[in-house]
Order: sequence, then structure tokens, then C-alpha cells
Amino acid sequence: MIKDQEYLKSKASYCLDLAKKLGATDASVTVGNSISESVSFRNRVLDESNRSDSLAISIETYIGKKRSSISSSNLLDENLKILISKCFETTKITPEDEFNSLPDKDLLAGEIKDLNLYDESHLENDKKIDYLRELEEVASIDKKIVNTESGFTENKSNFILANSDGFCNGYKSSSFSASCVTVAKDENSMERDYEFTSKCHLNDIIDPKNLGKIAAEQTIKKLSPKKIGSDKISIIFDKRIAKGLLSSFASAISSSAIARGTSFLKDKIDQQIFSNSINIFDKPDLVKGMGSQCFDSEGVKSEALKLVERGFLKEYLVDTYNGKKLNLKSNGRSGGGTNLYFENGQISFEELLKIHSRSLYITETIGHGTNIVTGDYSVGANGFLVENGELKYPVSEITIAGNFNDMFKSITLANDLDFKYSVNSPTMMIEGMTVAGK
Amino acid sequence: MSNFFNKSDLTRNDVEEIVSDTLKNCDDGELYFEDSKSESILLDDNKIKSSNYSSDLGFGFRAISDEVVAYSHSNEISKESLKNSSKNLKSTLKSSKGTYNHEIPKTNNKFYEEINPIEQKSLDSKLEVLNKVNDYLRKKDFTVKQVTASFAGEQKSIEIIRSGGEALTDVRPLIRFNVSVMLEKNGRKETGVYGVGGRQSYDEYLKNDNWKNVCEEALRIASVNLESKPAPAGEMKVVLGPGWPAILIHEAIGHGLEGDFNRKKTSAFHDLMGQKVASEGVTIVDDGTLDKRRGSLTIDDEGTPTERTVLIENGILKNFMQDRLNARLMKTKSTGSGRRENYKHIVLPRMRNTMMLSGKQTQDEMIKSVDKGIFAVSFGGGQVDITSGKFVFNCTEAYEINNGKIGSPIKGATLIGDGPSILKEVSMVGNDMMMDPGIGTCGKAGQGVPVGVAQPSILIDKMTVGGTKL
Repeated sequence: MIKDQEYLKSKASYCLDLAKKLGATDASVTVGNSISESVSFRNRVLDESNRSDSLAISIETYIGKKRSSISSSNLLDENLKILISKCFETTKITPEDEFNSLPDKDLLAGEIKDLNLYDESHLENDKKIDYLRELEEVASIDKKIVNTESGFTENKSNFILANSDGFCNGYKSSSFSASCVTVAKDENSMERDYEFTSKCHLNDIIDPKNLGKIAAEQTIKKLSPKKIGSDKISIIFDKRIAKGLLSSFASAISSSAIARGTSFLKDKIDQQIFSNSINIFDKPDLVKGMGSQCFDSEGVKSEALKLVERGFLKEYLVDTYNGKKLNLKSNGRSGGGTNLYFENGQISFEELLKIHSRSLYITETIGHGTNIVTGDYSVGANGFLVENGELKYPVSEITIAGNFNDMFKSITLANDLDFKYSVNSPTMMIEGMTVAGK
Repeated sequence: MSNFFNKSDLTRNDVEEIVSDTLKNCDDGELYFEDSKSESILLDDNKIKSSNYSSDLGFGFRAISDEVVAYSHSNEISKESLKNSSKNLKSTLKSSKGTYNHEIPKTNNKFYEEINPIEQKSLDSKLEVLNKVNDYLRKKDFTVKQVTASFAGEQKSIEIIRSGGEALTDVRPLIRFNVSVMLEKNGRKETGVYGVGGRQSYDEYLKNDNWKNVCEEALRIASVNLESKPAPAGEMKVVLGPGWPAILIHEAIGHGLEGDFNRKKTSAFHDLMGQKVASEGVTIVDDGTLDKRRGSLTIDDEGTPTERTVLIENGILKNFMQDRLNARLMKTKSTGSGRRENYKHIVLPRMRNTMMLSGKQTQDEMIKSVDKGIFAVSFGGGQVDITSGKFVFNCTEAYEINNGKIGSPIKGATLIGDGPSILKEVSMVGNDMMMDPGIGTCGKAGQGVPVGVAQPSILIDKMTVGGTKL
């Protein structure tokens, strides 16, 4: 069983009291417990079971404008005593920073909405095994599939965030996830692909047969890829890749990157950075949302934001420290975005594929070729060549490159948005990028 | 190791009893205790931005029956918690009929000292170095707009308790010192990053004002990038500099030679043992025994002493890297490559210090032989798709080569290649093998572990460069 609120609260207030007693002017504590149980399968037999029970505490102490922090997994009072005095001693000799402070009291979350993020159902390991068996049976029907790996994880967490200004709140959340990775082989190649599902509630995950079927189909489609020549060609990003570009955008508008001057989007508020048709939202209060939160990691209430309106940048993602530096109020984004998404475009997926007579549909990228200082983007990729709206053949061992400043202004979105992850995008087309191949 | 017992109701006898009882019908398994202390101190934007200390104590209990691994971990060190884990393992492996393999090699070697680097240098003197770095760089060059400098240190003590009560211990220090600088000139911004580290005290890496060299290198890389032009796109010849660019080897073939992927036949290399996978003259080893290096280990996380494993000898594939599980199932022996990020993770076969050994040519000869291509000196990260064998890595410092001469610097570009065939494209191997500065972390299945790489300069006849200039 995960630790209840009372237990976590008692630990948090023990720490706050101790820090105050030592002479800290302010303090904040996060205590959390998370239990996860997972089972994995390989080629239709049990491969691994894993149970994890983690306690974690992190404490920040302030002496005026001086701050330092400690973290530990050992919650015994005796250990906490040692750590807090160590933290306090370190704080004493840490230089002052005028922007260090707890969040403004009037920004702290008051009433906590129930976003239905916790499902108390428990799936016994034997039931997880049944799910995976069913999944892998479907995934391995086709003879071209030579290896299947799948897993099921159930996670339950609970936490309390408390600070010396009287904030003390937390809540439980849960997730149920299943994934399937398949390897297919033919005379020319061996390829791998995957499908997964993850939800707060057990009843919302995809059924095993479907999950296995999708993974296998996606993998088989990739067999015998060709390498194409270097070219300027429009790129269509599958939803699972398009969301990555949105994540890069989120890191570029984080107040820390802006305050440090290390973002290509610095000083771009109220300027046009995307094409006219683009709207981007970040909504923390979606019921059962994978990125939902009642407040951010500092306790600041977070409200829905329209980050980009008709292509114009409207807001940064602001926390307390960097907000003070930039003279902005925290908007409850100290942990970054929440449920971040592009609003749907006007055309269907099929219409998007037909816009150009020849384009490249990217289903996977590899490498870390994103530079948010310059906006330069260059990654390894594979996918499919699209001709007249149809996937012609798989393509691999190519790179795609561009710069976000140009790429963002050349985006066309389909209308197929769904909320599979915490960051979501419809299928996306970008014109004018460079493909390097043969 | 008294730490694991003195603050709980657990006695060594209890532990040995529970471990032996849980593993009695299993093929292998162990209880892994870990006590780690770590710190990170960060200077950023002219200020000490954070100083964090962390202590973590926990155990991971593993039982293996044939191919099935049951694992349970917790950071509550108590008899009840250990019994719960035991129950959990037994329920997964209820029909297990294995015979426990008690054999495990021993070693008297030690590749680092049992120090706690965090305690060996006062916080004051660490703060002083970070402030000196900031002042030095900002005074040195007026285009410096941002400086980030950090210390990260840890001491990790582990104890492995096997069925029958055999105990194996190790104390591992690790530090890293890192400097990142951003320059701005004529509206253009570029960054340069450099760092040093390994399994010694901070001061070993800072003596003779070595922090200045780290600053200079970060500054040099950033300055080069300020002048960089768009990179070319397409297939061409690539000369790699010595040292850190060996992450190409790590990504392109290292991961593909890890035992698990080959046992499962998901690696592009699984049926190539004994075959030619690289040009003649290419020899690659993975070595856990180098003195005080970041990727070195006295014993691995299963208790096996590490070794120097020859992976490819003169072009021929000789060995995979193995942990105990994959070694047993592939009927070979562990190479001391069983590693985990911490007690929260299962053991996987991993790299340690992966090195391509020196050949005979000089870097000059390589450059001169290239009509059109690129010269790559430093890299950010890399990644590989084990199954298709395709891998990438990102240049952070690279130049054009035109008619045998090094030309302008080019912007960061991704290089992509095919693992099983790339080493056959190596046409020259330099005589200048160099270790990386001690900064690598390898990710696999969500677990990060410290690793090292080394190589001489090499010439690759054909690789795809992912620039924007056609």
C-alpha cells in the first residue's frame, strides 16, 4: 500500500519544524511515495517481474536570500535530522541570490480540483500476464515477426508538498501502461517498431489485441527500406514525432532558458513565430490528463494558457525564481508544460498526404540534434516516401535538418489530434527542410 | 558495510537466511545493497544557482530462474520490507526448479581508492573554483554572455549478498567538473562545453590550475562555432579526431555487441561471431580495468571482477559483453559487464571503457587524402537502433575538408551510418589513440551508467552528413 497523506504530512511538518528550529527563515519540503509493479514478456513467455517501492524526500532551506537543498530516500527521523542540519550549514555558506524565495503567497493554490487522476483498481500480476499473453499472440501471428517483447506497468503515487508559508497539499495519482516492441525480418533487413498505451485509469487503456496488432503492422511495413537521395522535400511528421517538436518549443520558452538568454525564442513575446493558423494550448486541468496537475512543483496554482495565438507567442512557462528575474509572475509552470498541445488543423490526414505529389512521412527520429540556443535541428530519421497521397516504400538511414525559426513558420497541421501523451500534436507537415541521404 | 545493518532491525544472519531461502530453487540471483552520497553544485548566470546533497540507501533483490528475472527493490531497510520482497520474488517464480550457481571469480585488484570525494574538498573551496571560472571567462572574452560551471561528486558503496552468505563489496568514487560557455557576436549565439572527471578526488583534476584549461577548451569550441557555416548534406568522407569521437564506436557497434541483444537475436550482430565486421587493422576492446577511469569498475554490479574484453580483433568479431544471466544462457562466461544505474534497476550487460586501438597512419595523411569531406573533432550525444543497426551522433565541432585541406568550421550536424557496415568503411587508423576526458554517460533501457571511450584518428570512406547545404 502506498503511504497515506497523514504519514507524508507528518514527515513534511517534522522537517519544516526542524529547519525553523535550526534558524532557517523559510523552508519547503516534498515527500513522495511511489509503488510500481511491472511484468514483461518476451516471445510469449514471462521474462521479468519487477516491484518497486520508493520513498523520496527533498528539502530546501533558506536563510534570507541564501538557499540550498538536500534529498534522500531514507525517511527515518534520525537521518532527516542529520541531513537538515547539513543542509542548513550549507545554506549558511552559500552566497545570496536576490531572486531566491518561496512563491508569492497569493499565487499558491487554494482549493484543489478533483481531476480524477487516481484509479484505485489493482491488476494482479497474473492478470497482467493474461493481458500480455493475449497481446503477444496477436503480435506474433505474421511469420515475419521474429521477436516480441511486451510489458505492463501499474504505478501508484502519493505526495505532499509543504512550505513554511503554510502551504501543505498533495494528492494521489496512478498510471497503467502497456507496451509492445516487435522485430520483423525479411531477406534484406531486420526492423523494430512499437506501440504503447498509458492512462490514469485501467479501463481506458487500449485492449491487448489491438496494441499487438498495431505494433506488428507498423514493424512489417518498415521492412526492406531504401535510402533516398539528398533533397529539399516537404516532411510529414507522424504524431509521435510531431509532439517532440512541441516539447522543444516548450523548453525554448521555459523561463530559465529565457532568463539565461540561451533560447532562440528570447524577446519574441508578441511576435509571430509560427504560421498564422497555429494555436498552442497548455491545460493543466484536463480530467484524467496524462500531464494534469492541481499546482506546480512549488505549490503555485496553474491555469490554462494559450501560449501561441494565430502564430504569435503570448506566454513563457514561468516559475518563481526565473519569474522574479524576468519581472514576471509565476504561472505555475515550475515543472514545465502540463497538457501541451497544438489545436487541430483544418484538413484531414489523407488530405495532408496529398498536398504535394512527393513528400516524406517520418515515423521515427534518432539522436539529440536539437539546439534550443540557435534553433538548429538535425536528426537521423526513417519513415516512408509518399507519392500522390500514398505510402510508396520505407526509407531509412537519412537525416533531416532545418532551423526552428523557419520550420515553425512552415507548419501545416491535420485535424487528427488525440490525447495519448501529455504533449500532443496532430500530424504535421513542414516545408523546406533538407534531407541528407545518398 | 555496517551502514546497511546498524540503523534497522536487520541482522546479517536474517539477511543471509532470507536470501538463501528465497534463492534455493533459482539458477542465480542476489541481494544488492547500495549506499550512495552525492552532491551537485552549480554556478550559472553569475551566481551559485544550486547546491544539492543527496543520500540514498536501498536494496534490490533479484531471483533468476532459467530466463525469467524477478526483481523487487525498496528503500525501506527492514526485516519486513525484505520479507515482502522475498514473497514477491517467490510468487513470480513459484514453479522454479533451478540449481544455484555459487561460482563467482575473485579479485585482489582495485582500480580506484575508497575515498569520498565530497568530503575531501570543502564546499568553500568548490565555490571558490566555480567563481574563478566565471570571472576568468567573462574577463577573457567580452563576447561571453553566459557561463555555467558545475561540480558533481559521489561515493557509492555496494554490498552483494549471494545465496549461502557470500558477500562482495566495492566503494566507488566518481566526480565530474564541467564548464559551458555561451558567446554572442553580431546577434549570433553559440555554446561550447568541456569537462573532466573520473574516479579520483576533485583536486586530482584541478591541480596546476587545470580548471583554466577546461575553460579555454569550452571557449575555443564556442568561438569556432561562432564562425561556422551551414554543414553540407549527403554522403562523403569523414575524418574523426582522436578521443571523445569514439562515441561513434560506442553507438555504432558497442551496443550491438552487448549479450542481451544477441541472446535475444535482436542485434544486427547476433549471427556474425567469428566473421569479418571491420576493416583489417581495426581492433576494439572494452576494458573495465583502467586505473581511475570513469568507466572502470573493480567488480561489476553482480560481483564479477571486470576485465579487458576483446570485442573485435583485426576486423574479426571475437566476443560479446556478458553479464551472468546472458552468459549462462549463451553458454559462456560473464565478462564482468553486468551493470545497473542503482538499486532501483535490474542488471544489464553494459559497456565500460570502449576503445579502438592505435594503427599506423597519421591524421595528416588522412586529411590530405580527402578531396571533399568533413573533419569531426567533438561530439554531443549519439544513439543507435540496435535492430536495424542505424546509428547517429551529433557534431559539436567539425570542419569542411576541401582538396586535402581543413576549411571553415561547420554548424552542428547529425551524422548517420549503419553499424554493421561502418567499420568496413574505415580505411585508415591513426597512431594517436587518446582517452576521452572522462565525461560519458551511457543510457540503455532508462538506466544511465558512467562509461569511457577512446580511439585514434580514423578515416571513414562513406558516411551521411545531415547538414542543410545541398
